[in-house]
Amino acid sequence: MTGKTDTNIKQTFANIVTDYWIVLVFLGIYLVFVILEPLCLSLPFWGSTFNYMAEILILGVGVMFVVITAGIDLSIGPVEGAVGVAAGLTIRSLLPVVGNGWAIIAGSAVGLLLGLLIGFLNGIVITKLKLAPFIATLGMSVILTGTGYILNNGLEVVGLPRVMGKIGNFTIMGFMGFTTIIALFATVVFGVLLKQTRFGIHTYAYGSNAESAKRAGIDVDKHIIRVYMISSGMAALSGVLLVFRFNTGSPLAGANVTLYAIAACVIGGTSVMGGRGRMIGTFIGALIIAILVTGLVMLGVQTYWQQVSTGLIIIFAVYADQIRQKKALK
Amino acid sequence: MGEPILSVSGVYKSFGHVQALKNVSFTLNKGEVLGLVGDNGAGKSTFIKVLSGVHKKDGGSINYEGKEVDFASPKDAIAAGIETVYQDLALAPDLPIYSNMFLGREMVRPGLLGKLGFVDKQAMRDSVLTNITKLKATLNHVEQEVGTLSGGQRQSVAITRAVIWGKKVIIMDEPTAALGVEESAKVLDIVNEIKKHGITVIFISHTIPHVMEVSDRICVLRLGETVADLKTSETSYEEVVQFITGSKTQINRK
Repeated sequence: MTGKTDTNIKQTFANIVTDYWIVLVFLGIYLVFVILEPLCLSLPFWGSTFNYMAEILILGVGVMFVVITAGIDLSIGPVEGAVGVAAGLTIRSLLPVVGNGWAIIAGSAVGLLLGLLIGFLNGIVITKLKLAPFIATLGMSVILTGTGYILNNGLEVVGLPRVMGKIGNFTIMGFMGFTTIIALFATVVFGVLLKQTRFGIHTYAYGSNAESAKRAGIDVDKHIIRVYMISSGMAALSGVLLVFRFNTGSPLAGANVTLYAIAACVIGGTSVMGGRGRMIGTFIGALIIAILVTGLVMLGVQTYWQQVSTGLIIIFAVYADQIRQKKALK
Repeated sequence: MGEPILSVSGVYKSFGHVQALKNVSFTLNKGEVLGLVGDNGAGKSTFIKVLSGVHKKDGGSINYEGKEVDFASPKDAIAAGIETVYQDLALAPDLPIYSNMFLGREMVRPGLLGKLGFVDKQAMRDSVLTNITKLKATLNHVEQEVGTLSGGQRQSVAITRAVIWGKKVIIMDEPTAALGVEESAKVLDIVNEIKKHGITVIFISHTIPHVMEVSDRICVLRLGETVADLKTSETSYEEVVQFITGSKTQINRK
């Protein structure tokens, strides 16, 4: 009997290691940073890591739904930029009429609705015009980059109420910023949506075998449209939060983050072939990307090395995941 | 026994110039297993697609439970209690067994959470476990991902799913085609269990011995036509093969 319990414990331990090995990778990286620079233990270090992580995480949480359906959304970065400019312009033009509070609320609402609309359009192009998600969202991303510049003649929207910056840079306990709190909240909410609801199951089912999902009576077109609305909606949320944080609406916002958000999902074990992925993985993925930036800055290494190391980790993580899956199929 | 649940007569269907079904006719009683056999291109799959609502027939009649039916979509057929286990099984390999069985019809939790779409995983697991036991299917772990199962186990999952939902008629398209001897035997066992529960089965197969083993009646299709509607107990392997190949053409010996 004891022998059996022993193997059970071993088995359980092995399962935890294979399931959560990416957490160990994160801890390993952090340990190296701490050994080389003990200041990495400090709260401010975590504060800036979280700050950097928040944007990638919000985008990652949204785009993850798309990736699980075996799709991709290349427009999330440009959504941030275009939404930021649109929200900023709305706020500035409403300011004299309705005052700070309502202008900010209206501007944020316009930004979020714009994001949902863009996601809806992506979904329509993919499901009704039958374009590959890569092409549909590539087109959308170029359109939005242009739109972001057109809206304000290529300039940043400045002159927004200062109170926005106060809200956007509000922190609790000295390290948890406003955006971070929202990012963590969103991670939990969408994690529950993915894991506990029909919507989540249908998302996995479509990515696992679209034909099966269709035959099971799932309205797959409607589902896919909603998935792209989540992706784009979260990008819009991130865009609005950037306006708060920097007190400007910049068309340049989101220029480089699309692939980082997708990378966060992939590092966390979401399969680009669809059907697999966990929210905790995306969180750890975003955290790894962020800690590489802050950690390398602390060590005085050129931040460009962060890109190199993130790239290496993407390849390493996906390779390790492949091996893990092959083992599971044996 | 004796009460007809499905009676098909003179069903035909064309795709452009190709007449896939010319005259399909048979009667099936409640709780019986019908073996639907025929060579490649005989029209078995086309007929099944008509019956399960994928294709619309061009003519003829299908009388189901005493009423004339003409299913416009698979949903209609499913609503009427006719479930189809397709050859490709239509499973999602990344999902656990129990999610696959409830795919598209997940049980939700009571109250507000249910309205928000929260699924009741425990209730689904329990229901699946009950049905697996009922059919004596060899699936030990309802949490296991379908992608990690053997071919026979996947077949069992698809069949059990059909049993959970198909309260009246289950159509199985080549359920043993991709299976080894032992796994085929298990699938045939499940068909026999289904029969015990009074569910009617249409069993399509190329493997005549399997059909002989589980069916009460055998309907032979050849070039889109019913060439024989036989009682299994009154026919033989040789005779069925002769009808399939066309070397015997006597119609409807009752």
